[in-house]
Amino acid sequence: MKFTLSWLKTHLDTEATLDEITEALTDLGLEVEGVEDRAARLSSFTIARIQSAEQHPDADRLRVCMVDTDEGVKQIVCGAPNARAGITVVLAKPGDYVPGIDTTLSVGKIRGVESHGMMASERELELSDEHGGIIELPSGEVGQKFTDWLAVNDPARVDPVIEIAITPNRQDALGIHGIARDLAARGLGTLKPHDPQPVVGSFPCPVSVTIDPDTLDVAPHFAGRVIRGVKNGPSPAWLQDRLRAIGLRPISALVDVTNFFTYDMNRPLHVFDVDKMQGGLRVHRAKGGETLLALDDRTYEARPGHVLISDDRGPESLAGIMGGEDTGCTEDTVTVFLESAWWDPVQIAHTGRDLKIHSDARYRFERGVDPDYTLPGLEAATRMILDLCGGEASDVVEAGTALKTARSYPLDTKRVISLVGMDIPKAEQVRILTSLGFSATGAGDVLEVWVPSWRRDVQGEADLVEEVARISSLTKLEPKPLPRAMAGVPKPVLTPMQLRERAARRTTAALGYNECVTYSFIDHASAALFGGGGDDRMLENPISADLGHMRPQLLPGLLQAAARNQARGMTDLALFELGHAFHGGEPGDQHLQVAALLVGQTAPRDPHGTRRPVDVFDIKADAEAVLAAMGAPAKVQILRDGPGWWHPGRHGVICLGPKKVLGIFGELHPRVLKAMDVKGPAMAFTLFPQEVPMPKAASASRGAVAMSDYQAVERDFAFVVEAGVEASVLVNAATGADKILIEEVRVFDEFIGGSLGEGRKSIALTVRLQPRDKTLTEEEIEAVAAKIVDKVAKASGGTLRS
Amino acid sequence: MDGWDQLKSDWLARIGAAADETALEDLRVAALGKKGEISLKMRELGGMSAEDRQVAGPALNALKDEVTTALAAKKAALGDAALDARLRAEWLDVSLPARHRRMGTIHPVSQVTEEVTAIFADMGFAVAEGPQVETDWYNFDALNIPGHHPARAEMDTFYTHRAPGDDRPPHVLRTHTSPVQIRYMEAHGAPTRIIAPGRVYRADYDQTHTPMFHQVEGLAIDRDISMANLKWVLESFFSAYFGTNVRTRFRASHFPFTEPSAEVDIQCSWEGGTVKVGEGNDWLEVLGSGMVHPKVLQAAGVDPSQWQGFAFGMGIDRIAMLKYGIPDLRAFFDSDLRWLRHYGFSALQVPAVHSGV
Repeated sequence: MKFTLSWLKTHLDTEATLDEITEALTDLGLEVEGVEDRAARLSSFTIARIQSAEQHPDADRLRVCMVDTDEGVKQIVCGAPNARAGITVVLAKPGDYVPGIDTTLSVGKIRGVESHGMMASERELELSDEHGGIIELPSGEVGQKFTDWLAVNDPARVDPVIEIAITPNRQDALGIHGIARDLAARGLGTLKPHDPQPVVGSFPCPVSVTIDPDTLDVAPHFAGRVIRGVKNGPSPAWLQDRLRAIGLRPISALVDVTNFFTYDMNRPLHVFDVDKMQGGLRVHRAKGGETLLALDDRTYEARPGHVLISDDRGPESLAGIMGGEDTGCTEDTVTVFLESAWWDPVQIAHTGRDLKIHSDARYRFERGVDPDYTLPGLEAATRMILDLCGGEASDVVEAGTALKTARSYPLDTKRVISLVGMDIPKAEQVRILTSLGFSATGAGDVLEVWVPSWRRDVQGEADLVEEVARISSLTKLEPKPLPRAMAGVPKPVLTPMQLRERAARRTTAALGYNECVTYSFIDHASAALFGGGGDDRMLENPISADLGHMRPQLLPGLLQAAARNQARGMTDLALFELGHAFHGGEPGDQHLQVAALLVGQTAPRDPHGTRRPVDVFDIKADAEAVLAAMGAPAKVQILRDGPGWWHPGRHGVICLGPKKVLGIFGELHPRVLKAMDVKGPAMAFTLFPQEVPMPKAASASRGAVAMSDYQAVERDFAFVVEAGVEASVLVNAATGADKILIEEVRVFDEFIGGSLGEGRKSIALTVRLQPRDKTLTEEEIEAVAAKIVDKVAKASGGTLRS
Repeated sequence: MDGWDQLKSDWLARIGAAADETALEDLRVAALGKKGEISLKMRELGGMSAEDRQVAGPALNALKDEVTTALAAKKAALGDAALDARLRAEWLDVSLPARHRRMGTIHPVSQVTEEVTAIFADMGFAVAEGPQVETDWYNFDALNIPGHHPARAEMDTFYTHRAPGDDRPPHVLRTHTSPVQIRYMEAHGAPTRIIAPGRVYRADYDQTHTPMFHQVEGLAIDRDISMANLKWVLESFFSAYFGTNVRTRFRASHFPFTEPSAEVDIQCSWEGGTVKVGEGNDWLEVLGSGMVHPKVLQAAGVDPSQWQGFAFGMGIDRIAMLKYGIPDLRAFFDSDLRWLRHYGFSALQVPAVHSGV
């Protein structure tokens, strides 16, 4: 919302400066987004008079002028054809910045003659494009500030333009009168009364108006009148200046009047050219399919329920939003129907949204227009049309009645103080409300407050509290400590799952992965590769097709990140993300994942031969470390039935039983990598923190540590088995051979093929025996060893390698 | 010089001259071995008279001790020399690069979320979470934003797809973290103090907007919490977060879910295009806040005649940019390794109030 300072002052009697006004506006909730203070740039220029103008000795077009200034007589060289003795001019002195030529002046020599400044043209001061000569003022004293002269003689030129943001609740501030009311309530002046007197009609209105009974709920009041014999044409300069200053294009007097009241009083109006109409006006709901060529030159098709204003020919206006081109006013209009009506805000919002049509009228009606100002607004606009265009007005014709808005709410003045935390005396609360147009009565702490017709947003006590608070100034609010809920050291607040999330994140980073935050939505193809892409997780209005599906997994986002990095020449990547993936489209169909991706080499080339391609056992180690940090049990099963984006032979599903999957690690499927433009191979894990069982122990105590005093014994075994037998089968069998003595079984070698023959391999285990109560004898060790060989052979079908 | 002294000086000289451990061992055997000179002389003691033995015995023992000591000392000296020689040969070019160790990083959004959490936890705020796909009731209606409210259109909401024939209103991607207020109060009632950090979504993309970003919601409900308390909490927070005293400016504003509402600016200065928080005379808008609207309390099942309090919503990415001088929001979500390394944090840099955040 834009307005000029002088326009504001037509509603507000004030001595306040521009700065005071803008500061107050922002504090009041009418945030100033910009001030265009054209006077500020002209503030250094003064008025001077040319005493004499002589021909420059060396240049035909230049004159050497002696100029009477506030600092005495100065010599100035000037090229303007109108520079001559006796004229009053605008002077820019050395040191002044001249905006139109983007130059700061200094004393110069022009063709050998010294020049102490310049006399400016309108273009040089950015007042207009006029550059035919220097400014000649009809009045003004030598030494007078040019801006002071302009303020008196041509105020529109220096009228500051203020732009404010209007929050959706402030219908009243969509008119300059309402803005003035706020400032007056704050104490920045006095609101000038606005009470338009009716214009008595001199003939009955020839245009009839009706509202269909089924439409009264959304169009309760429609008023208007005919003004005949008008002479439409350009509106006067003052009106054009104001509209232009706030960014509107003056069109014609009739249209400009409607725009004026839209901004001045938040009273949108419409003018129909009566000579282009057929019959009376009927306000009704659309059946659907009616079309209207609107004033923006676009054709709109009404949907059932939209409200139209039609004459005998058909729709002539989208009620409260935009009029039709066919009955629009032009320079030739002589008979005009002036409409002032009130439309239901919700109805306007729906219609506007359906038709994607924006107008000042829609903007205002959907936020709310004062229903009690429908008739006064009609009278005020009639008066202005008669003033500007002449003619004579008919009686007012009216259908329906103004919406009844009178309502009151109790306001507990003590509650105001408690909520705001500021000591605002009851009398001040009453003063504030009264100055905003409310009326407040009541002897005790609780007031009965009546709401003015222009404050549709005020719907209860809380809204009244807000009015009192904002006028009192939240800038002045003094902070007050919020006491701790309980004295002493604050209790920890994180839940076990939040702690687990943090542990997973920080452990993964500690393992050398860079944390990424990628978008929660991805493209359809990537989503489909990872088990998503269905309609359940699709967005109706994505910002682009690339971001149209909620991610079913975190990995596709990481793969896209990897592809971008590879394209930038970074090939050794360890990326991870911790966040939610979406397994359905309902609220809550999200679950936490930790996903990590390893691509490229383990290290840059170095003299130590460290560099090698990353492999499955790198990622497995990291997956295990992160699971351990999340409190997962050490003993898990590794299954192989993971989803299709994993390499079928090179992944493991980490689980506690077949249905309790804690995570998956492995190599990603080459086809998936190709589809996602990632140069592989790529190793990855996805872990599911919410699946890891919560530890039961409530106590911080760790229990006693078991540390045997007896020497542990290690024995090595090598078994030859079929190549497809998993090492874990051997390890589990060996571990089960003696549950008390065997502390650890570790695979320390794997050898495939060779002398063993095709399809066979050797697995070497080392078994650590830890006696608890005495040193083991050789016989005891041999006995355990025999059991181990027996168990492993049975479980794996292998034999001890001799 | 008698014979004993001569013998001693001979042996000590020979030991001193031994060139290496082998020569020294030969000397030991020659002197103290079974058939060594000193051992043989010891054996001769038995055949001596008692008087001679009284003289020769101690002398011989002393000789044996001295030779033993000299052998040990020489052995140690030879060992030291050999070690020195080996170490001289073991010179390494330690200017060679070390074996690579991958350094991971924590994303600024995670770090700042933890910083915010640490500060508010100290003031007694727990951390609440909620779904990112929301019903329009939780995202709008319960927050006093009815269907026709202009604020809905202004929020650039993402809607989920509905199959033809499915007449339920579409769900939304939550446009703010405020629905967590409702869900938390529904579950826990009043009094309450929570923050709710998380992802939020709005259909907007330019230099300063991304379709996904992060907010943290704050909510404190009790019997007599006021807007003045809110101002104190926010000033305390910003001072702790930026590590310098930060003043705030409250400007009246409007949000459907709070009343009165305020937009909050923090004190800052602009110099050479960079912003410094906590100094200067300029103001920077950082969050929206206010006293929770009675209708919102009601929607969440809390009696507004008994309870009151404040709520606020703040952009996590935004305050991360301000504190750590990160220029472009879009880069947060691009995962450029150079960016992650430059703006990321060490895994062990866990924010805590006692160590500074």
